[in-house]
Amino acid sequence: MTQILKTGKELDALREKLKKQRESVKQTITICGGTGCHGYGCQKVIDAFRQELASRKLEKEVELRVSGCHGFCERGPLALLAPSGIFYQRIDVADVPAIIEKTVMKGELIDKLLYVLEDGKKAAHEKEVPFYARQNRLVFANNQRINADSIEDYIAVGGYAALPKALAMKPEAVIDEVKKAGLRGRGGGGFPTGRKWETVRKAQPGEKRYVICNADEGDPGAYMDRSLLEGNPHSVIEGMVIGAYAIGANEGYIYVRNEYPLAVKNARIALDKAREMGLIGKNILGSGFDFDIIISRGGGAFVCGESTALMASLEGKIGEPRAKYIHTAEYGLWNKPSCLNNVETWANVPMIINNGSEWYSKIGTATSKGTKIFSVVGKIKNTGLVEVPMGVKLREIIFDMGGGIPNGKKFKAVQTGGPSGGCIPESLLDLPVDFDELTKAGSMMGSGGLIVMDENTCMVDIARYFTEFLSEESCGKCVPCREGVRHMLEILNRICKGEGKAGDVELLEEMSEAITDASLCALGGTAPNPVLSTIRYFRNEYDAHILEKRCPAGACKALINYSVIDKNCTGCTACARVCPTQAAVATDKPAQGAIKGKVNPKLKMHKIIDEKCIRCNMCFEACKYDAVQIK
Amino acid sequence: MMLIPENEVLKQELKGVAERYDNKRSALMPMLQMVQSRHSRISEFAMQVIADMLDIHPVEVHGVVSFYSFLNSEPKGRFIIRLCRTISCSMQNKDRVARQLENDLGIEFGQTTGDGKFTLEWTNCLGHCDEGPALLVNDKIHVKLTPEKVHDILEECRSTFGLHAAQKKEGGNH
Ligand SMILES: Cc1cc2nc3c(=O)[nH]c(=O)nc-3n(C[C@H](O)[C@H](O)[C@H](O)COP(=O)(O)O)c2cc1C
Ligand code: SF4
Ligand code: FES
Ligand code: FES
Repeated sequence: MTQILKTGKELDALREKLKKQRESVKQTITICGGTGCHGYGCQKVIDAFRQELASRKLEKEVELRVSGCHGFCERGPLALLAPSGIFYQRIDVADVPAIIEKTVMKGELIDKLLYVLEDGKKAAHEKEVPFYARQNRLVFANNQRINADSIEDYIAVGGYAALPKALAMKPEAVIDEVKKAGLRGRGGGGFPTGRKWETVRKAQPGEKRYVICNADEGDPGAYMDRSLLEGNPHSVIEGMVIGAYAIGANEGYIYVRNEYPLAVKNARIALDKAREMGLIGKNILGSGFDFDIIISRGGGAFVCGESTALMASLEGKIGEPRAKYIHTAEYGLWNKPSCLNNVETWANVPMIINNGSEWYSKIGTATSKGTKIFSVVGKIKNTGLVEVPMGVKLREIIFDMGGGIPNGKKFKAVQTGGPSGGCIPESLLDLPVDFDELTKAGSMMGSGGLIVMDENTCMVDIARYFTEFLSEESCGKCVPCREGVRHMLEILNRICKGEGKAGDVELLEEMSEAITDASLCALGGTAPNPVLSTIRYFRNEYDAHILEKRCPAGACKALINYSVIDKNCTGCTACARVCPTQAAVATDKPAQGAIKGKVNPKLKMHKIIDEKCIRCNMCFEACKYDAVQIK
Repeated sequence: MMLIPENEVLKQELKGVAERYDNKRSALMPMLQMVQSRHSRISEFAMQVIADMLDIHPVEVHGVVSFYSFLNSEPKGRFIIRLCRTISCSMQNKDRVARQLENDLGIEFGQTTGDGKFTLEWTNCLGHCDEGPALLVNDKIHVKLTPEKVHDILEECRSTFGLHAAQKKEGGNH
C-alpha cells in the first residue's frame, strides 16, 4: 500500500520506519543489476541467490538487493555483503551456494571471488581495491545501496530529505545556496548552475517556465548519465523538483536518448512512484507547489544534446540548433524561459541543499567545485566509472585507479571532452581535472568521458575518426560546419591513406579557424578541436604520414604491411586458422621458431600474402610467438 | 469477433497519444515512436494521419522522420541490429563482429535480409564503452561481443521470432 505524503513530517516518519526495517535484517547481499553486469549474466546469479535463500529459508534474515551500476562493470557480476563489507567479483551461478554456505553463514572468505591486486594479494573489501579506494563517491554512492526501482530504499538512505528543506526556503534562497556552492554544469560547458537558475527565474515575469534534464548523453565513451538514471533515478528527480521550485516551473521534461531503454524504464517507474507518494504532482508535501515531469525519448541524433536542438526536438521539430544570441534561459521551450541541466548536475542538487553550500564548496578547486564522475575506457586495465573530487590529476585517474595500460604497452594520450574535446599527451598528465585547466590545454571537461590510448593508437587516425563522427552528426544547417568539416575529413582521409601533401596541416589549421568562427552552434564551433589538439601535441605523426608515408603507430591500414618473421614462426598454424581471406598460409619450408624451447621442423613456416591481406589484424593477435610483424 | 481494419486500429492508437499531449505538436515524436515500435516503420498512411491530427503539413512529418535515425519510412526487419561503431568499440575489435554479422546474415550494413527478419545498421556510442563491442537488437543491449556470441544472438532472434511478434502487441512506448 502506498502512503500519500502530505507533509515533510510524514516523510520523515516514513523514513524512520523504513530505516528500522532495513536495520532489522541481519545481512544484505547487494548484487549489481546494472546493464553492464547484465551483459555478464547477473540475472542468473540473482535468480540463483533467490532460490538458494528460499530453499534455506533465509529470506527473512538475509535481504537480497538488486542495485544499479557500481561503476566497475568490467568485473561483473558483483556482490557486496553487509555488514561484513565483503566484495566479490566475477561471480558465477555455481558460486552462489558456497557464498551462502561459507560467507553468509560462517563468515569465511571465498578466495577465488576476491579481487586480485597488482602484487598478487587479494582484496576482500572495496576500499582495498585501488579502483574504489581513491574515489570520493558522493553523487554515485547510493547507486550500490538501493534497489533502482525502490523509492522506499532511496528514502531510507536519506533521499527526498532535501526536498522539504528546500520547499521551506524562499526560492531565491535556494538559488543563492546553489550559487554559493559553486556548482557548474556537468554536461560539458561548465556554466554556473545557480546563475542559470536566476536568469530563468527572472525572465518573462508571469509566464510559464520549464525545467529540463538533458539525458541525451551522446559523447563517445561517456555513460555516467545512463548509470545514474538507471541506478538512482530519484536523485535526479529530486534535484529537478528542487530546481523547479527555485525557478518557479510547474512542468519538467527528461529528454533521454533512444539508445538507453533501461534508463527510460527506470526513470518512468521512479516518476510513477514519486507521483503516487505525492513527491511530484499537485501540492507537493503540502507546500502548495505543483510540479510534474514527462519523459521524452530522442530519435538518435547527436546534435539533439545541444540545448536549442534539444528543445526543438521536444517541440516535435527537426533537431536543428538556432542562433545563440537568444538564450534558452529566457526564450527556450515554446519560447518560454527554460532551464536545461545535465543529469549529473541535477543529481548534485539534493546534496547541496542537505549539507549546505559551505560544505559543498570545500570540495574541489577554486573554480570547479564538488566531484565529477568520469568514465575511463579504451586501452586501460580497469575500465569503469570513477567519481573523484575536482582537482585530482589525470595521472591519478589513469594510473592509480585505472591501473595503467594493459599488456605492458606505453601510454600515448587521453581524449577528454567527447568529440569537441581534445587529446592530452603524457607531458600534461599532471593537469588537475578542472573546467578551466582542461580548456587551457586545448581540451575540455565535457561530460567526463576519458578515452585512453596506447602506443598502438595513431593520433591522425583518431582525429580522422572524430571528424568523421562530427561530419555525420552535423545537422547541416550551416555551410561551414557541413561543408568545412566534410572537407577536413577528406584531407584527413587522404593523409591516412598516404596521399597527404606538404601544407595539408596548415590547410587544416586554416579551415579550423573558419569553421570555429562561422558555425552556429558548439558542434561546429568545436568540431576542429580533435584535429587542432592532435596537431598541437603530435605533429610528428602528421609529418610521418605526409612526408614519409609511414604510420608510426602501425594503425593506418593503407600504410602498413603484415609479414611473418621467419625465425620466430613455429608453424603453429594459428594465423592460418584465423585469417578470413586465406592470406596467411603455410610455406613448404620447415619452421624455425621454438615451441617451449623445441623447434619442430615437421611443422611448416608460414607467410602472409600481401595481395590477399585485408589488414584485419587477426593474425597479429592470434600469434603467440611474436612472429607476425606490422611495418 | 469483429475484425477492425488495421488502419482503424492505428488511428485509434494515435488518437490516444495525441490526446495525452492536447493534440499539440509536441505529440509528434511520441506518436512517431509509437508507430515505429509497433510496425517497425512509419508508412505514408501513418504520416498522413498524424499530420491531420496535429494539423501540420505532411511534409513536416516527413522531414522529422528522415532527420532522426531511429525513425524510418521504408520497411525494415523485425530485428534491427545496431552495432556501435564509436571509438571505444572500434578499439575493442568491432570490425570482427561486423564481419561475422555480415557473413552470418548475408547482407551488408544498411540492408535488410530477404525474409524481412533482420536489418543491419551502424549506430553511435551505446554507453557501454567499457565492455565493447556493443550492439542493440531492437531494445535489447548485448555487450562484450565476439563472433561466437553474434552467432548465439542471431540464433536466439531466429528462435524467438514468433514469440517476439506476439510481445510487440503489448510492449508499447507510452
Ligand atoms: C553538439 C552538442 C551536444 C551536446 N550533448 C550534450 C549531452 O549529451 N548531454 C548534456 O548534458 N549536454 C550536452 N551538451 C551541452 C548542452 O548544450 C547544455 O550545455 C547542457 O545540457 C547544459 O547543462 P549543464 O549546465 O548542467 O551542463 C551538448 C552540446 C552540444 C553543442
Ligand atoms: S554548427 Fe553544425 S550542427 Fe551546429 S547548427 Fe550549424 S550545421 Fe548544425
Ligand atoms: S552494471 Fe554492474 S557495475 Fe556497472
Ligand atoms: S563506444 Fe561503443 S558503446 Fe560506447
